[in-house]
Amino acid sequence: MSVTPENFGDLSRRTLLRRAAAAGLLATPAVGLLSACAGSEPSKSDNTGGAKSQDNPFGVKDGSAVKVVVFNGGLGDQWAKEDKVIFNAKHPNITVNMSSTQKIKTEEQPKMATQPSDLVMNSGADIMDRSTLINEGAIEPLDDLLTAPAWDSEGTVADSLLPGTVTDGTQNGKFYVVNVAYTVWGNWYNAALFKKEGWQAPTTWDEFFTLAPKIKAKGMAPYVHDAAHGYYPRWALFASIWKAVGKQPVIDIDNLKDNAWKADGIVAALEPWEKLVKDKLLLPGKLDHTQSQQAWLDGKAAFIQVGTWLKNEMTATIPPGFEMTLSDYWSKPGDKAAKDVFASSGEGFVVPSKAPNKEAAKEFLRAILSKAGSAKFAELTKSLASTKGSGDNVQDTALASANSLMKSGSTDLISFKFPDYYADLDKESQNLAEELMAGRLTAQQFVDKMQAAADKVAKDSSIKKQTRTA
Amino acid sequence: MRHGVARFVTGFLALPVALYLFYVVWPFAQAAGYSLTDWGGYSDTQNFVGLDNYVRLLSDELIRKAFWHNVFFLITVPLFTIALALFLAFLLNVGGREDRAGIRGVFGSGIYKVIFFFPQVLSLVVIAVMWQQIYRSDGQGLINGLLIKAGLVDADNPIAFTADPEPFLGVPAVLWWLLLIAVWSGAGFYMVLFSAAMQSIPKDIYEAALLDGASRFHTFFRITLPLLRDTVSVAWVYLGFIALDMYALVFVMTPSQGGPNHASEIFASVLNFTAFQKGQFGYACAMGVALAIFTILLAAAQLRITRRDRIEY
Repeated sequence: MSVTPENFGDLSRRTLLRRAAAAGLLATPAVGLLSACAGSEPSKSDNTGGAKSQDNPFGVKDGSAVKVVVFNGGLGDQWAKEDKVIFNAKHPNITVNMSSTQKIKTEEQPKMATQPSDLVMNSGADIMDRSTLINEGAIEPLDDLLTAPAWDSEGTVADSLLPGTVTDGTQNGKFYVVNVAYTVWGNWYNAALFKKEGWQAPTTWDEFFTLAPKIKAKGMAPYVHDAAHGYYPRWALFASIWKAVGKQPVIDIDNLKDNAWKADGIVAALEPWEKLVKDKLLLPGKLDHTQSQQAWLDGKAAFIQVGTWLKNEMTATIPPGFEMTLSDYWSKPGDKAAKDVFASSGEGFVVPSKAPNKEAAKEFLRAILSKAGSAKFAELTKSLASTKGSGDNVQDTALASANSLMKSGSTDLISFKFPDYYADLDKESQNLAEELMAGRLTAQQFVDKMQAAADKVAKDSSIKKQTRTA
Repeated sequence: MRHGVARFVTGFLALPVALYLFYVVWPFAQAAGYSLTDWGGYSDTQNFVGLDNYVRLLSDELIRKAFWHNVFFLITVPLFTIALALFLAFLLNVGGREDRAGIRGVFGSGIYKVIFFFPQVLSLVVIAVMWQQIYRSDGQGLINGLLIKAGLVDADNPIAFTADPEPFLGVPAVLWWLLLIAVWSGAGFYMVLFSAAMQSIPKDIYEAALLDGASRFHTFFRITLPLLRDTVSVAWVYLGFIALDMYALVFVMTPSQGGPNHASEIFASVLNFTAFQKGQFGYACAMGVALAIFTILLAAAQLRITRRDRIEY
């Protein structure tokens, strides 16, 4: 979920045509082509295994090569190149073939059944569906990575990770996805502007609705969000639901329990959003992510809701004196989990089951999760890594506000799993979130339609069901 | 001697035919094969499920919606593109005043020809990116910006363009906006095609008509159009293919690729979602095969209906 869609400016003619071909009328040949080898023998690992040791827990063979594919999106790919240096310092005789792309699915999916890369960062808008990968047995469980010793700190790799990272990567009781970034979501504002105008950043909906007329009086819209990608507004709606009702009702929703969406408090949680739209507090226009973020930087709107990759994504156009500051999503009186923060690990790496050099892939993951590697990550991307303490030495208002939000007394991290579990519900919830924020649905209608969609998936026997326990 | 020619021809044709069989026909056959399985796309295991996927197609609401959206394009894209292209071609070739040089196009037709053909030179992505700026739904968009400055559009309520699902004539507005792009980008090419065909119509036919006092309206409908019948028919089939695709425009221009809330969903976008997001390649292949069959039937029917005796001139 913690992804930024690619810029359309980066779409090349070739990939667009290839995609057009992959699905359009010309399609059938393309689909056939990429499946042409599906029935052939899996490639055998040529790795007979080197000696295992504390410094080489997976027994990577000297002289072997490992192919790493990095998603080059909002976070760039320079951090991964730094990890390569760290990796090669310990294993000088292993060749790392690193490539970066925005078209993960377009380029990697056709190879999954036969000749996959060893390590794939499955991220971005062009992402391979996680549940499908796991259900098809296409990616490897990585539980032995968690119990392996950490690269450059005491204890195991699992010990060195921030809370939530292991659960986020776990499905059906096994650990599959290694999320390397740690994202915090919330409402961003320009602290310098708020100081100048004497505005207090609100923490509750009431405070926001009181402040909104003052913001409007300055010729500024109080709020803006990406209206082109449904998962952007969905983060905000989900945060409000969790804050209002707490963890258990959300687990029920994820588990498709009967009438889970009808639980007390869910409609009320969404009503402030309905009011925000009805009161015309949104910046007019259906802007996409970079357009809305730029409008916010240009001072056309006071708040924008998005995750912590924002700073890195917009770094080229931040005006001087702008103090990007993250604050928590607003709560309302009576909320059961008002202090819980929307944060999760994201930017997940997976190791394909048919990868020829899985040992080296896991070893490379150990290097990415190292103290040195994660510190470089935070320094270069101004985002937290999923390894503890990555941001402690970075001077930056955006990162510092995210860091302090993480320490503000949250007992649980807000998380919804059903979009990862069920592609249909993922799509439906994105669409409905857009509709609610466009003023075409009320909170009540949103909840009714989500319930109907969840019921449909629950009844569909062709969809494999998942269970969330924590 | 004859034997030698046959060998010569076969020798030249063997390689291209082999390539065609391997890279075009064989994948088609494979896709048809996969459409009978429950293959997920990421593994090498699959079960044969017979015609289940096709049965499922018939009761799939989303596919039905997408189908009608494709039908909308199937009717409107050829209709508007050909009408516009014919109109432009007529003006550029025979629409001008007649003088001593005989029949010719309107003043400056050479320049117009280049301008109208221009979209054809641009890649799809350039077109999409350009139209994103034109359709941008705030004051910085080209259309919205001008209309807001002119006071015709409320700055607090700009035109949403491809984010607008409200029906216009029973069809979501987003589809009309996409149609405009498709017609704009296609008309230039067909204008050139029709121009070429028009230039092969002997000028004396027109001159005879003019002498008899026929108006431009009459010359167009009584002479030009009937003599262009073959070309228009071929154009109609080509444009039908384009209308059944439309994937690139939907993919780049609409929110959540097929949105808002499925308002611009087409066959290809549902196919893409089913294969790559839901991981149901078998079912997606069934959609592709169904679409291919539909296309072939349509093309055959169209060519048959429009077939007539050729007029020699």
